[in-house]
Amino acid sequence: MVDLALDSAAGPSSRWTAALRRGGPRLWLGAALVGVLVLVALAAPLIAPHDPLEQDLMSAQLPPAWTSGGDPAYFLGTDSLGRCVLSRLIYSARTAVAVALVAATLAAAIGIVLGLVAGSFGGWIDQLTSRLIDVWMAFPPVLLSIVLAAVIGAGLTSVIAAIVVVDWTRFARVVRAETMVQLKRDYAAAARAIGLGRGGILRLEILPNLVPLVVTLLAVEMGIAILVEVILSFVGISVAGDTPTWGGMIAEGRQIVYQAPWIMALPIACIILSVIGFNLLGDGLRTLLDPVQRR
Amino acid sequence: MTAALTVRDLHVAIGHRGSATNVLRGASLEVGAGEVRGLVGETGAGKSMLGRAVLGLLPANAVITGGTIQFEGRDLVAMPEPERRGLLGRRIALIPQDPMTSLNPVKQVGAQIAALLRHHLALSKRDALSRAEELLAEVAIREPRRVLQLYPHEISGGMRQRVLIAMAFACDPSLVIADEPTTALDVTVQRQVLQLVERLRQRHGAAILFVTHDLGVVAKICRTMTVLHAGRVLEEGETADVLAEPRHPYTRALLAATPRADRPAEALRPVPQALIENLWAEARRLDRQSATAMS
Repeated sequence: MVDLALDSAAGPSSRWTAALRRGGPRLWLGAALVGVLVLVALAAPLIAPHDPLEQDLMSAQLPPAWTSGGDPAYFLGTDSLGRCVLSRLIYSARTAVAVALVAATLAAAIGIVLGLVAGSFGGWIDQLTSRLIDVWMAFPPVLLSIVLAAVIGAGLTSVIAAIVVVDWTRFARVVRAETMVQLKRDYAAAARAIGLGRGGILRLEILPNLVPLVVTLLAVEMGIAILVEVILSFVGISVAGDTPTWGGMIAEGRQIVYQAPWIMALPIACIILSVIGFNLLGDGLRTLLDPVQRR
Repeated sequence: MTAALTVRDLHVAIGHRGSATNVLRGASLEVGAGEVRGLVGETGAGKSMLGRAVLGLLPANAVITGGTIQFEGRDLVAMPEPERRGLLGRRIALIPQDPMTSLNPVKQVGAQIAALLRHHLALSKRDALSRAEELLAEVAIREPRRVLQLYPHEISGGMRQRVLIAMAFACDPSLVIADEPTTALDVTVQRQVLQLVERLRQRHGAAILFVTHDLGVVAKICRTMTVLHAGRVLEEGETADVLAEPRHPYTRALLAATPRADRPAEALRPVPQALIENLWAEARRLDRQSATAMS
């Protein structure tokens, strides 16, 4: 009986390779998309062929290089002010990535702490937190963001603040529910029986069980943060007007969509690929991190 | 020499004041130092509740309404929480009922044992892991070093129970509460586990309160036994005496209802309904008495 049980698993090194293989195409595709996005954002000044703000009205609305009338110097064409679309897309990735990483992480940190507290204390603390979440969720997030941007002024900070203020509820609600479920499990009682206090149980026993869930949520949240940033920059209350953003590019391209459809289509494609990338990555990581799924 | 555990006239009720149900009605028992006492009773007799009350693991809606629990002469009920937590896992340990769910599913076996050792004995990570390896060897797990790196779902139920037993004896406790540790295991593994518990008890010199509904198990390893029904102690004494000449009719009926290899199956008689109803009626009468006495 003892031997039977031991046959199934090998050492930790082969476990990692097995886990990576099992992550499957989702994980790899997601990691690749997110990886490219982050690399592009980091290396924007190095890989962008032009200054994203440099206008050249003589070569406005050039189509992509491979179509007739395209200019090889502007691989994805130019917009109505003659700015290089490729360079603008690349620089826009910086804003998107910064917002995604910072806002999602902060929202997760706040949500996890409040969720753990609400889920483990119960009683009026739980009631208070849960009602706060309910009220918060009932409020339209984009409207709240607009109000916030109006109050603290436009800029990266206010975009991030708006997303954090709205989206911590997503984490808090899920973490609270999962904490309650896990605390009812026998291993949590066993942890109490070995003399761990509330903090110790949450940190040592419950939190490790939340990791797969939180990582998935975090990746999805990064995708959502990108979308919120797009919406805010589309209506023009995101970062300063001269900083290129995908949302801003869509807004500009919308006016000339019949003459130059690529100006609007390209940022949309970037957004879709980024969000899909984060979602796939989250999915893949969940499979990778959950020891019970690692069979 | 003071007894390891003294429970006197313990009353526990579940539920709210108006609709509270008594689960322990003045149960008393004593476990001497190094003694193995069996606590037997049918489902709902309150035997697990008694074990949980000692560990402070009563469900949130259960309260101790009277009586004392003393561990080596110190009152566990009145003791401040941090002091009690310092005893749990170190001086008073639990072997939980269900080995399948009592280990944290997302932590490696070694990490779980090490966390216990580090919590109570302030060992370094490396010392804790090497001590954990010794402990696993002590509970007859082959290749302990490799098992340390496995997750609970990668080892069999019998092995998980051994791991839990190793954890219970890890800090040389003077009292171990075994809450039906063999119920979830099949018969062949049951015997190994019982032998193991007995061997560890002799080596570490701990007293054991063995909660079970299986008289066969009691006969095998308990020197003394207590019969519980409806939260009251019906009979207690040396196991050999009680089993040979039960004084209480309920104990006699319980023995007659236990299958034995040396008797034909037809000799089995269920515990008479009238006897059980009598006992419950008496318990309810006691409830009413105490209720009127209080008001």
